[in-house]
Amino acid sequence: MADTANPASGSSDGETRRDFLLYASSAVGVVGAGLALWPFVHSMNPAADVLALASTEVDLAPIAEGQAITVMWRGKPIFVRHRTADEISAAQAVDVTSLRDPQTDADRVKKPEWLVMIGICTHLGCIPLGQAPADPKGEFGGWFCPCHGSNYDTSGRIRKGPAPLNLAVPPYAFTTDTSIKIG
Amino acid sequence: MSAPSNNKVVKWVDDRLPIFTMMKHSAIDYPTPKNLNYWWNFGSLAGLMLVIMILTGLFLAMNYVPHTSMAFDSVERIMRDVNYGWLLRYLHANGASMFFILVYIHIFRGLYYGSYKAPREVLWWLGLVIYLLMMATGFLGYVLPWGQMSFWGATVITNLFSAFPLVGEHIVTWLWGGFSVDNPTLNRFFPLHFVLPFVILGVVVVHVWALHSVKSNNPLGIDMKTPQDSIPFHPYYTIKDLFGIGLFLMFYLAFVFWAPNFFGEPDNYIPANPMVTPPHIVPEWYYLPFYAILRSVPDKLGGVLLMFGAILILFVLPWLDTSKVRSCKFRPIYKWFTILFLVNAFVLGYIGAQPAEGTMLLVGQICTVWYFLHLLVLTPVIGWLEKPKPLPESISSPVVKKSGEAV
Repeated sequence: MADTANPASGSSDGETRRDFLLYASSAVGVVGAGLALWPFVHSMNPAADVLALASTEVDLAPIAEGQAITVMWRGKPIFVRHRTADEISAAQAVDVTSLRDPQTDADRVKKPEWLVMIGICTHLGCIPLGQAPADPKGEFGGWFCPCHGSNYDTSGRIRKGPAPLNLAVPPYAFTTDTSIKIG
Repeated sequence: MSAPSNNKVVKWVDDRLPIFTMMKHSAIDYPTPKNLNYWWNFGSLAGLMLVIMILTGLFLAMNYVPHTSMAFDSVERIMRDVNYGWLLRYLHANGASMFFILVYIHIFRGLYYGSYKAPREVLWWLGLVIYLLMMATGFLGYVLPWGQMSFWGATVITNLFSAFPLVGEHIVTWLWGGFSVDNPTLNRFFPLHFVLPFVILGVVVVHVWALHSVKSNNPLGIDMKTPQDSIPFHPYYTIKDLFGIGLFLMFYLAFVFWAPNFFGEPDNYIPANPMVTPPHIVPEWYYLPFYAILRSVPDKLGGVLLMFGAILILFVLPWLDTSKVRSCKFRPIYKWFTILFLVNAFVLGYIGAQPAEGTMLLVGQICTVWYFLHLLVLTPVIGWLEKPKPLPESISSPVVKKSGEAV
């Protein structure tokens, strides 16, 4: 009892077994609290049913040249555009080194006439206009985001405005000549 | 400790839990500067507004369904079928705007009269924490009706976090609970919106605690020196606060009854559609100055950092202001810059509501520069250079002298 009443005694530099025990148990406590916290944090991440999302199949046959459709995949709009020869050549003619997010048109398509992208502005997540014939298409003939004025070209690459990246290309594959499977 | 009453029950309780003593000490006897003007009404008004918001919110929650397929309809049901549901909702929706009006006036009062300076720095910090919590709560609440502005506001604001390198995308997915704003997002925003006001209430208690420890500032910005400088809170300021509450309620209820959608966006009466972004997204008015700062930077991360920085910088204001004098009453130069800072905030707010193009964008950029120039450069420099007017000896002395001359 005499020892516990005066824990610092017996050590001249103040370092005692008691200090060590205090630090060690505090450290274990902090780690334990962190571990206990993780299930709460992780419960907010996408649940199994959200992750188990079906892929989306799209029949391209009815889409005429120059026409664009929007389909939904993982709760996001997917832009599918049947590009005209002019649009393709405009997209291919761009000097890649001049781009904010340099990508050749060939890197962004599997077949030049079919452009498939996630239709979400890479700035703050709005849906750019340019799918319907009457929509504003921006200065580069592609898409225009009405929220903060980002302009995308006919390859969906960012050309002007605050967005940092090109419109993303989702994983997809041609199942036949005229149909694709997204995801 | 003297018991606040001779009542035996009160005494019995007070001996075991001195709650009556505490209440007498902090709500009745609390010595208050005797020269407070009407700008000092807004703190208690904001407190009242918090109570109204919690009460109306509680009863709205009894009829609201946080599910994407039912949220919009449940709000319409509140409006049409629930007894007095329209009143509860309009009180709550307009109440949010009123709460921000009151708090903005309260903050500017603090800026003008130097209430953030020593020894009130912690009091100022707690106020800023309340303000940040209010912004978060307001945003979460605006999502709940699940209209077009709800949905796209949620999308744009949560996407702010995607600007951070590496972890950004993970944070956004975590906030959403999926790959877009969807049911998991709405589902979690509801309990968060419900619980944050109680966190605000907790911080308000600490804010008032800090206030009662350092005592109220006053229009002269000098300390209370003798008992002659103060009057008890009750009945002098209880009655003045009640009078202010009467005036404020007339203002508030005029909107509730005659212009209930004045602060709202018509687009939010269109159910949320993840496939169509409205042509012009505007946040609620109380975020507009910061939204203008966000949009004035042509870089995504830069804009986000500057926007958050605009608020966080206020935490160091007590040290940026180098002047020893608190009240702008005695600061002939800084006074006008403080008023200009307010005007600048209004212009930023106006710009925030306009499309970010051409002249508007340029004006927004100039105002953004001015916002930071004022706080980071002008405030310290003017504090050094300015020659303040002579301060009165005490809170009482100008009044006593004047009345002496009159006789």
